Amino acid sequence: MEKFVQIEGVGQTFATKKGKFVALRDIDLNIAQGEFIALIGHSGCGKSTLLNLIAGLTRPTDGVLLLEGREIAGPGPERAVVFQNHSLLPWLTCFENIYLAVERVFSTKEGKPKLKARTQAAIELVGLGHAAHKYPHEISGGMKQRVGIARALSMEPKVLLMDEPFGALDALTRAKLQDELMKICEATKATVVMVTHDVDEAVLLSDRIVMMTNGPAATIGEILEVKLPRPRERLVLAHDPAYIDCRAAVLEFLYEKQAHIEKMVA
Amino acid sequence: MSTLTMNGDFGSKSRVDRDIHDKPAASSASTPAKEKTMETSATPVMAGTPLGERLGNLTRTAMPPVLGLLVLVGIWFVATHKGGSIPGPVQVWNAAVALFSNPFYRNGPNDQGIGWNVLSSLQRVGIGFGFAALVGIPLGFILGRFAFLSAMVNPIISLLRPVSPLAWLPIGLLVFKKADPAATYTIFICSIWPMIMNTAQGVQRVPQDYLNVARVLALSEWKIVTKILFPAVLPYMLTGIRLSIGTAWLVIVAAEMLTGGVGIGFWVWDEWNNLKVEHIIIAIFVIGIVGLILEQMLILLARKLTKESS
Repeated sequence: MEKFVQIEGVGQTFATKKGKFVALRDIDLNIAQGEFIALIGHSGCGKSTLLNLIAGLTRPTDGVLLLEGREIAGPGPERAVVFQNHSLLPWLTCFENIYLAVERVFSTKEGKPKLKARTQAAIELVGLGHAAHKYPHEISGGMKQRVGIARALSMEPKVLLMDEPFGALDALTRAKLQDELMKICEATKATVVMVTHDVDEAVLLSDRIVMMTNGPAATIGEILEVKLPRPRERLVLAHDPAYIDCRAAVLEFLYEKQAHIEKMVA
Repeated sequence: MSTLTMNGDFGSKSRVDRDIHDKPAASSASTPAKEKTMETSATPVMAGTPLGERLGNLTRTAMPPVLGLLVLVGIWFVATHKGGSIPGPVQVWNAAVALFSNPFYRNGPNDQGIGWNVLSSLQRVGIGFGFAALVGIPLGFILGRFAFLSAMVNPIISLLRPVSPLAWLPIGLLVFKKADPAATYTIFICSIWPMIMNTAQGVQRVPQDYLNVARVLALSEWKIVTKILFPAVLPYMLTGIRLSIGTAWLVIVAAEMLTGGVGIGFWVWDEWNNLKVEHIIIAIFVIGIVGLILEQMLILLARKLTKESS
């Protein structure tokens, strides 16, 4: 398999008041270009920690992370992050929020008109052309999250990292954005790593589901390949035996194999 | 009195906010709301009712403060009408009319109109405060951004902040050898603490999410300061400025009493020496009103700036 992102023997230990806390250990994972990976697990299993490691926001205490054979030494626009709570700057309009990212990545090569065109294209990609000049507090949660996605995509990242991007949205909005995201990934051939706790979301969107064991000292429990043809239709899939099998496999992992530790913690 | 007006102001502010929140809600049902306003403005018969309503609202909001003032003047009148050393409202009013009929006269350095006195006090506050802002705001940014420096400087600030600014006055006199810069310097000292502390606190409270955005985008330090830190810190900074101006205006009166020259504080002391008690009472009102205006101006500025930036 082609190795676009390589995660080798990665562990993360935090120093706390009570001593060392091992969040992650022995993570080995290779991600191919254009692949959609879902990280799933109970809360506190370190899936966001792993995403932050790929983003370069934190550095691993053990092991190494590589992108295209080069070590990930810090955060950068080539690994764009869609944050859980959208993290738009409230004093900038949607357009300006995206422009800030576009300007940073492309201003050395392109002039202002081109940068503005890129920004406009990104905002239209998520269907928000009409709201470009609104401020974040003037639009709904779903729209904010779309702007966050547009900002990340506008940088033409090598890897798109998403930290429970739809977690705070209502079910209907979430479904709509999932469909949009699938279309966008189809069109841009993006490599995506998405943290989620939603089994349906993981099965619907991803090529592989990486299931994490419970923390502390969490690691990869199982990896499930989702061999469903694309484009995927949620209504059709609801009755697809392969889809139901995948869903059952993830549920079994989460609620049978990993349930006992949760009980111990609780 | 200032707390009274503060409360009144908070009341009115929350009402304004509610109006702002109501508007989008109404316009989200947009078209019918628009039609309604068009109708009311088109038909003159209906235009009368909102006007009457607005007048009613005005009297309702203006009533309590006016009543409060009347009660105050009433108590004052009753307490002084038998005579005594403190003049009553009528005497003070007459003195005020005489005083304000010519606020900008000059009879030598120690006898100038009340307008000049207020202006020179404001000038001192302005200069001292301006320097404090120039030093305090950048310093606050630096302390907020670098934990080591903050840990280094914080004990010093904690030690010096509770010191009455007037305790610094002799040092100022010693260093500057003149009364006027010493007073300005006292203003500088007293207004710098709130600005440093509020700015630093604002910088420390910039949400980690915004800083993560900056890190993922790998923004330059200049962009981080202009696009993220400054807008995020602005409300804290403005609070610091408002507190500073308030303290500065409190302190200038006392400082001028000690240093002399021209200024409202000196004027109070001078009129005490002349035993013109009416003038002292007028001065109390003038100081209160100027302080109120300064505060309101800054609240307005803060509202305007934060509305633009949020």
